[in-house]
Amino acid sequence: MSDAMNNPANSLLVQDARTAKRNAAEKRFRFFGIAAIATGLVFLVILLTAIFSNGTGAFQQTFLTVPVHLDETKLDKAGNRDIEDIKKVSTFGYNPLIQQAVFDMVQAQGIETPFTKRGDMKALISASAAAQLRDEVIANPDLIGQTIEFRVLATSRVDGYLKGRVTRESVERDKNIDAEHFDLVDGLRDAGIVKKSFNWDFITGADASESRPEQAGMGVAMVGSFFMMLVVLLCALPIGVAASIYLEEFAPQNRWTDLIEVNISNLAAVPSIVFGILGLAVFIQFAHLPQSAPLVGGLVLTLMTLPTIIISTRASLKAVPPSIRDAALGVGASKMQSVFHHVLPLAMPGILTGTIIGLAQALGETAPLLLIGMVGYIASDMPDGFLGGFLDPNSAMPAQIYEWAKRADPAYYERAWGGIIILLMFLMTMNIIAVILRRRFERRW
Amino acid sequence: MPFLWLVLIVLAIAASGYVIGRGRAMQSAGGDARHLHSLPGYYGWNVALKAAVPAFLVLVLALIVQPLIINKTVSSMIPESEIAEGSNLGLVMAEVRRTADGIDHLVNEGLMDESAARNARTDFTDITQRLKDAGQVVTSNITQPVLAAAQKYRVMNGSGKLVRSALVILVALAGLLWGLKESHKDFRARNIVERSILAMLMAGASVAVLTTLGIVLSLIFNTVEFFKLYPALDFFTLLEWSPSFSGRGGSSALGVLPLLWGTFYISIVALLVAVPIGLFAAIYLSEYAGPKVRAFAKPMLEVLAGIPTIVYGLFALLTLGPMLLSVFGDDGGLGWMQGQRAVMTAGIAMGIMLIPFVSSLSDDIINAVPQAMRDGSYGLGATQSETIKQVVLPAALPGIVGAVLLAASRAIGETMIVVMGAGAAASLSLNPFEAMTTVTAKIVSQLTGDSDFASPEALVAFALGMTLFVLTLALNVFALYIVRKYREQYD
Repeated sequence: MSDAMNNPANSLLVQDARTAKRNAAEKRFRFFGIAAIATGLVFLVILLTAIFSNGTGAFQQTFLTVPVHLDETKLDKAGNRDIEDIKKVSTFGYNPLIQQAVFDMVQAQGIETPFTKRGDMKALISASAAAQLRDEVIANPDLIGQTIEFRVLATSRVDGYLKGRVTRESVERDKNIDAEHFDLVDGLRDAGIVKKSFNWDFITGADASESRPEQAGMGVAMVGSFFMMLVVLLCALPIGVAASIYLEEFAPQNRWTDLIEVNISNLAAVPSIVFGILGLAVFIQFAHLPQSAPLVGGLVLTLMTLPTIIISTRASLKAVPPSIRDAALGVGASKMQSVFHHVLPLAMPGILTGTIIGLAQALGETAPLLLIGMVGYIASDMPDGFLGGFLDPNSAMPAQIYEWAKRADPAYYERAWGGIIILLMFLMTMNIIAVILRRRFERRW
Repeated sequence: MPFLWLVLIVLAIAASGYVIGRGRAMQSAGGDARHLHSLPGYYGWNVALKAAVPAFLVLVLALIVQPLIINKTVSSMIPESEIAEGSNLGLVMAEVRRTADGIDHLVNEGLMDESAARNARTDFTDITQRLKDAGQVVTSNITQPVLAAAQKYRVMNGSGKLVRSALVILVALAGLLWGLKESHKDFRARNIVERSILAMLMAGASVAVLTTLGIVLSLIFNTVEFFKLYPALDFFTLLEWSPSFSGRGGSSALGVLPLLWGTFYISIVALLVAVPIGLFAAIYLSEYAGPKVRAFAKPMLEVLAGIPTIVYGLFALLTLGPMLLSVFGDDGGLGWMQGQRAVMTAGIAMGIMLIPFVSSLSDDIINAVPQAMRDGSYGLGATQSETIKQVVLPAALPGIVGAVLLAASRAIGETMIVVMGAGAAASLSLNPFEAMTTVTAKIVSQLTGDSDFASPEALVAFALGMTLFVLTLALNVFALYIVRKYREQYD
């Protein structure tokens, strides 16, 4: 006994081999846990870095600020400032003016260039610049004959060059632009003519055709998403609340109730694409509702978010203590009155929180929208009027992002990432509102 | 009458019904609410509900039945000879509808007067030209029967609208009168109103059942249609997926197996990423982490679950794909990967998405294991990790399996990531760096293409949807069954 005590191998102060092994295993296990969490967080950081490093560029756009002479002989031959005559001049009438202005500027700055014609400037100027100038002239015909400072939208190639996406090597086989054009751009940039500035049009503008990424914006898709969310809110909130109240407060224990319960929990797990199939078959093929309409998108998303809203609403109804109901019944309220006058108002913050979270989920959902035709539609016009907002074909934010990601021009990828930033901003705001609502109004009974 | 106006009129009738009904009840009680059976508002609500609810029901019914009747009448007008080779009645009817819309448009613009639009003997070449001039989409030359059908369609639609509006308003007024007649002080208004509210609540709850019914019916109906055109045996056993692009069937090979293989392969890769990370994160968070770490790490991980799938899709396509290609590709890499889109690309992105799903579900389950079991194990001298491995995890295992199955069902049903990251060609290969395609990706591509809805190439999407629905449903039911069965053990 005393031998054993004195033997250092058996001392409590010195670990034996087995204990050391067990402790090492313990450390290893704990390390795995930390590593797993770290990996998860690293993925989050990578994801966010990818989004912001690729997407912030979309909020900046390259413009050339040049004085454009609005030649009266070209724009208003009759000279009587008749708006109908001015409207007859198409963008083809404006293109040479802008090109001339840029060319003059190049000459005035004394930039060395092999280009000798104003037509060679076409590679720098976006095809939509002429349309913008025309709109401005039509809005204000008195400008004709004057020389105005005009912010000319540059092409996506020039924009990409300033942002580092396009290089001289990468345009070697490009038909639209030559490396010499970039020398010009360098010169103009040093002179302060070519500048990047904040691009409001990306946030408020409409989608553009495949060849004009510099003009494309999210605005119209945002309006589409807004009307879809309106439909979801107007349909899902009343239906969801009604269903929850029924199931939580009134439903008798019977087969029908069981069936409803099983259905709700299963619907919550049905893949979203299946809701898209439902929307296509029922709303478009059977009911002949218009394709690509936010109304249809909203209805499909309503069915998809209903289970989320029902589950959270039921939880907040359940959280209202029975004593409230008993007190109401005790002073003579009917069951219905106790629910609508007392339980529902107390559960409202929880219901709203759940609804906002459901809406955020619906806002980011893409797959069902693919099937009802909200992708592939170029959302280039704002819907007219309130009713048009529901029925006119439109896109939605995530559908627009997908549409851009599919296009061949890499300039559109930047737009897609930028669109994601906008989408995430909306989702973040909604979630923060939900959290604040919960913090501010949640009561612990 | 525009639809919106009709709704507003009915609502106005209901609102005035509320005011009058309330007033009448008060009057019958001599202006003293204490003589009434119910609170005065209930009498108003009784009238308003009786005016609005039946009217809206009639409206909805009319909206469903009317197109059916019109379609049936009009399509019987189209002779067999009108239906060209390779076409069908549905396409001709679409043509009729387009023509009718076009004529409507012309009339609205004032380019054609109403009598010309109705005249069955109008020179139809002229009509085609005028429709085209007005910017209307008219595909082919409009033939006489189509024009006649379109005119009939217009007339029936117009009169149908009129009849519908009149009927709805009549029903609303009848309901109003009925309700007003009842508005008397002894009438039990509250009971009636509460009963109808209860019925509405029940209707709201039944929407979930209706949705499921809608999904199942639309899937079954179209799947049966598909199997009429394409042998079911081929669909389930063929090892090839190559739809012809003509959209007329015949040469298409539509076997579901390569798609299922792609789906499972990508899901397995995703689970291999998500399950170890998610599970270890859950163990650490619930067993080791202090409150501060937990308060930070748990919501941060859950941010991953809140990011829309389109973001993961774009991440897979534009960031992860090129990154993997630079390591495993031909160009300076290992030479295993041909393009950015591959099983690995989609699988890893999907795995990242599923991490919080696995971790928060497992976290709940591990927390549900009673503390007494851990204390017993510590009392016997086990270390913390031994307790977790030998006591907590075995106790939580069924729940964790359930969580993994739920994650798997998510992975199988995920669409955007595979549409953007996995590729378009179906293949039965073992190489995880090869592009493959999945059931969901093919549903999207078959239904967004140009082939018409009656062709097997489009209808196959419904059979694929049915496969997907059955698979995910079975996984979910099984997972919930396991979770529920073993959760009860410790309650």
